[in-house]
Amino acid sequence: MKQADYVIIGAGPAAVAAAETLRSTDKSGSIAIISRENISPYSRMALPYFLTGQISQKGTYLRKSSDHYKQRDITLYHATVTSIDPQNKHLELASGGRITYGKLLIATGASPVKPPLPGLDLPGVHNCWTLDDAKAMAQRAGPGANIVLMGAGFIGCIILEALMSRGATLTVVEAGNRMVPRMMNDVAGNMLKSWCEQKGMTILTSTRVVSVAQAKGKLEVTLDNGASDLVDLVVVATGVAASVDFACGTDMEIEDGIKIDEHMQTSINDIYAAGDCAQGRDFSTGFWSVHAIQPTATEHGHIAALNMAGQEAAYKGSLNMNVLDTAGLISSSFGQWQGVEGGQSAQNLDAERYRYTHLSFEGDRLIGALTIGQTDNIGILRGLIQSRTKLGVWKDRLLKNPNRIAQSYIASTLM
Amino acid sequence: MAWTGKILRVDLTAGTCTLEPLNMQWAGDYLGQRGLATKYLMSEIDPKVDPLSPDNKMIMATGPLTGTSASTGGRYSVITKGELTGAIACSNSGGFFGNEMKNAGWDMIIFEGKSDKLVYLLIENDQATLMDAAEYKGASCWDTEEGIKSKHGDQFIRVASIGGAGENGVKYACIINDMDRAAGRSGVGTVMGSKNLKAVAIRGTLGVKVKDREKFAVAVAAGKKVLADNPVTGQGLPTYGTQVLMNVINESGALPTRNHKDIQFEDAHDISGEAMHEPRKSDGKPNLVSNAACFACTIACQRVSTIDRTHYTVKDRPEYHKASGGLEYEAAWSLGAACGVNDLDALTFANFLCNEHGIDPITFGATLAAAMELYEMGVINDETTGGVKLTFGSAEALTTLVEQTCKSEGFGVELGLGSKRLCEKYGKPELSMGVKGQEFPAYDGRGIQGIGLAYATSNRGACHLRGYTIASEILGIPVKTDPLETEGKAGLVKAFQDATAAFDSAGICIFSSFAWTLDDVAPQIDAACEGDWSADRLLELGERIWNMERQFNLQAGFTGADDTLPARLLKDAATTGPAKGKVSGLETMLPEYYELRGWSQDGVPTAETLSRFGL
Amino acid sequence: MQKSLHISADDCTGCYQCVLACSDAHGHDFNPVKSVIQVFRFEDEGRDVPYTCTQCDEAWCQKSCPTDAISVDANGAKVVSEALCVGCKVCTIACPFGTINYNADSGKVIKCDLCGGDPACVKACPTSAITFVHSDTAQFNKMRDWAGKTDAGSQQST
Repeated sequence: MKQADYVIIGAGPAAVAAAETLRSTDKSGSIAIISRENISPYSRMALPYFLTGQISQKGTYLRKSSDHYKQRDITLYHATVTSIDPQNKHLELASGGRITYGKLLIATGASPVKPPLPGLDLPGVHNCWTLDDAKAMAQRAGPGANIVLMGAGFIGCIILEALMSRGATLTVVEAGNRMVPRMMNDVAGNMLKSWCEQKGMTILTSTRVVSVAQAKGKLEVTLDNGASDLVDLVVVATGVAASVDFACGTDMEIEDGIKIDEHMQTSINDIYAAGDCAQGRDFSTGFWSVHAIQPTATEHGHIAALNMAGQEAAYKGSLNMNVLDTAGLISSSFGQWQGVEGGQSAQNLDAERYRYTHLSFEGDRLIGALTIGQTDNIGILRGLIQSRTKLGVWKDRLLKNPNRIAQSYIASTLM
Repeated sequence: MAWTGKILRVDLTAGTCTLEPLNMQWAGDYLGQRGLATKYLMSEIDPKVDPLSPDNKMIMATGPLTGTSASTGGRYSVITKGELTGAIACSNSGGFFGNEMKNAGWDMIIFEGKSDKLVYLLIENDQATLMDAAEYKGASCWDTEEGIKSKHGDQFIRVASIGGAGENGVKYACIINDMDRAAGRSGVGTVMGSKNLKAVAIRGTLGVKVKDREKFAVAVAAGKKVLADNPVTGQGLPTYGTQVLMNVINESGALPTRNHKDIQFEDAHDISGEAMHEPRKSDGKPNLVSNAACFACTIACQRVSTIDRTHYTVKDRPEYHKASGGLEYEAAWSLGAACGVNDLDALTFANFLCNEHGIDPITFGATLAAAMELYEMGVINDETTGGVKLTFGSAEALTTLVEQTCKSEGFGVELGLGSKRLCEKYGKPELSMGVKGQEFPAYDGRGIQGIGLAYATSNRGACHLRGYTIASEILGIPVKTDPLETEGKAGLVKAFQDATAAFDSAGICIFSSFAWTLDDVAPQIDAACEGDWSADRLLELGERIWNMERQFNLQAGFTGADDTLPARLLKDAATTGPAKGKVSGLETMLPEYYELRGWSQDGVPTAETLSRFGL
Repeated sequence: MQKSLHISADDCTGCYQCVLACSDAHGHDFNPVKSVIQVFRFEDEGRDVPYTCTQCDEAWCQKSCPTDAISVDANGAKVVSEALCVGCKVCTIACPFGTINYNADSGKVIKCDLCGGDPACVKACPTSAITFVHSDTAQFNKMRDWAGKTDAGSQQST
């Protein structure tokens, strides 16, 4: 293949959503997805479940039917893009080849970042990012294995249970003063910590790993408090960064990710970006943020595709939101959960039962929320925030009892 | 199946919660709820026990159909020795609490001993914990329920609680669940208060299973159709609630008025179900907002009402401007006709307060009526009442004293004794209108003869729900009998009493029996429960329960002499209406009743009767 | 035209028959937490409101699913494949109606599937507050309008 009307770099949810929208919008244009991994497009979100053995490799695939892409005349192309030439509209490939595009979508997602510490390139030190990572970890994380997990952020927490469920002994080392500092406040972060401790994990917050070394056939992990331990596996989940190396040679505007306008177009004409690599409009703040979550990725991909195919569509911005299952304790966060100046907040907390709800308001609108131990109707939190519903008297009722979220939605919109 | 097979035993003295298997043989003989819990109570306490001592026990019990889709299948009962009566007490409540208890995996919770501090029991499925309730001390049932739900961050926690009245020993405190559903009579809330137990809060997510899903679905659908097609359960109760009866009973000449001095109330219409539908002058809205259902109930008789915001009771109290549980017939009668009060908003306000603070409006209204009579006779005066003019017909006396009673203030403390103790205190025991210490409900035994016998022989003191012969004598269900006739009433009362005991043990509401007979209930139980269940088996089981309860009362010290009515009903003839000139014919009905029951002339079950039921 | 659930809250008494029928149909027992129709009681207003998925065109749940576990069946219902759902819960925060929920027992999400075209809740409702009808009806349009407001995605201009 030498050229396509629409070329998509990356094969995650944003890429697949974009390719499908392109096909439904433009019946005849040629569409190519370029993937670094020679495998059907899959979801990283599903990897922890592959790690626990709950699903097979196929279970991680974004589309299950083997001829899904073929049927839609979407070409999957296994290659690594090394650079872009926006002038001539072509991509250089690691293999030495070249692909010409009509419109380009960058949906390369993010990659894990290993902190610059000695020993993190040793065998037995892994990210949990690709299917291959997951397979390698599964081999070492057997019953009785001793594991250090570096980072108790979103990804770290997701894989906690997978590691525990394999019968391993787990120590979590987090540099922040609480778990999931970017998604949880102090109260919630500490609830997660005590939950994990109750489950038999060791959680070290405000602690850093300083080095990993080989010793006695195992890995010796040394902490900044001087302690050290011999372990079988070190999992690095300290953070990710947008995968945009190949675009560095261009004058594309890149901060935390590739900056995109409301049409998902980058600062370069006919080049669009979507998903975890893109820094798009934040619904809550009006600023630009990377919101690395599947609903945002598919929305980005969909909007980008419409614009690429010539149907102008504007994006109102993505809502920062997450849901996390930390060894069985479910938490969620939405929007400006930290609150805003001059806004009110409401909370209730039952620490013994691991239940927590924290709502943030601006005027009589909900702008952010945190929950722990709640699973019913939590999507309404998104709906209330994103629809900017005026809560009227229900705001006072929520201030009194923040759990009456569903009623406040129904009363404000249906009654 | 249907039963969870588990009992939670809560020792409040020791502060422990333990699981026990349900005695399945007893379940076969007593089904559940009323029957089965009474069996447990009898086997565990001395019926002579002081109801308020730690040695009394209190059981919350579901039936096998509780928590299923059987229509009205959301009931639970509180069984204990009642403080108001000293007799067996069994108070049945709807709402959603019973289902939650069943869904948490419990057929029964047995409370024993006494906590040394105020506590509440928190149950999440198999986890049961006694929690400090200091923050809810003196709190109303409404605030307690809201507070517990909010504290634990779960609005689907169901709460049954007592208000300050139960903590302060008001003799007829009830246990309120779901804001306005009550285990109402006999002072079961007083017993709960004596144990320093403020509330029971439950979240249950385990599910309720039945023996044969498909067969059960067919039986339930058939039952629902019978209820829908019946004019009482299909139309009358949803539209007017039990208040459908106010005008009917008044016209029958059986609406006790002014402490049973009269049996017709000239203003009955003003406080009737029809009046609740009429637009108010002030805002053009009716008292009634809607009808509502308890868990699984396809009848939906519950009233939801508001008080006129310009009414004197609430014009400066916006917290009562919301909708809440409205007047049922019994409360409308006791707060209204019994006291001669015709102000629907005042009655609704009083009813809200009874729910909020957890007192039984029947006994409260009847006690106030007795006090009004004492006041009009000059036995008590302004000094006794703290200046409140206790004249019949005074809405202000009603609303002032309901609040004082709920909060144990002023003369309300004395009203909190109930009419028997109050009238005895002032040397006029004959003015207490009740049986075995419990006040009559809203039907007069002179105008409806059968109900007089039902009251006299009711095991929990005067009660309409132990043998609701009104169904036959007024509504013609299952067949019409003449309310003024005594002949045949002994058999009617016995039949109603036995069937009712079975209904009350199944987890369903007795109001279903306006349309259902045991022939409608049996297929539902048979599909849900192990074993073979026929209407005959249920009827026999009902009679067994009745005799067991009787045994409890006899062992507690009651005798046949307590199966009587106040002199007013036996000697003072009705002055108006169809029953004009009539007194209760109890003395002709009672011997026949004893005989039909297989009891001696003194009202004691014979050895043969007892052995027939394995007692 | 496809049929959809029509909810007339004014007729609802809050009896939970729909909830019981739903949990029986989906979980084979009577358990309100396994029901995908809920009834919210508004005590202070004296109202009860049944609440479930509108099978909205936006299909937030389906689009957010990382494992392609949600599909549209012949009745237009978005249905969850138990085999494919891994229980990641992303759909539960993506759906602005909160009508797809995680069930801890199964470790999967649950939502209304219209019972394959013969909804159990409709048959159980004693007051016809829930019906299964052809037309687009008021309540669902309201919910759909609201979905439009929530729509962070395509605000298409022509």
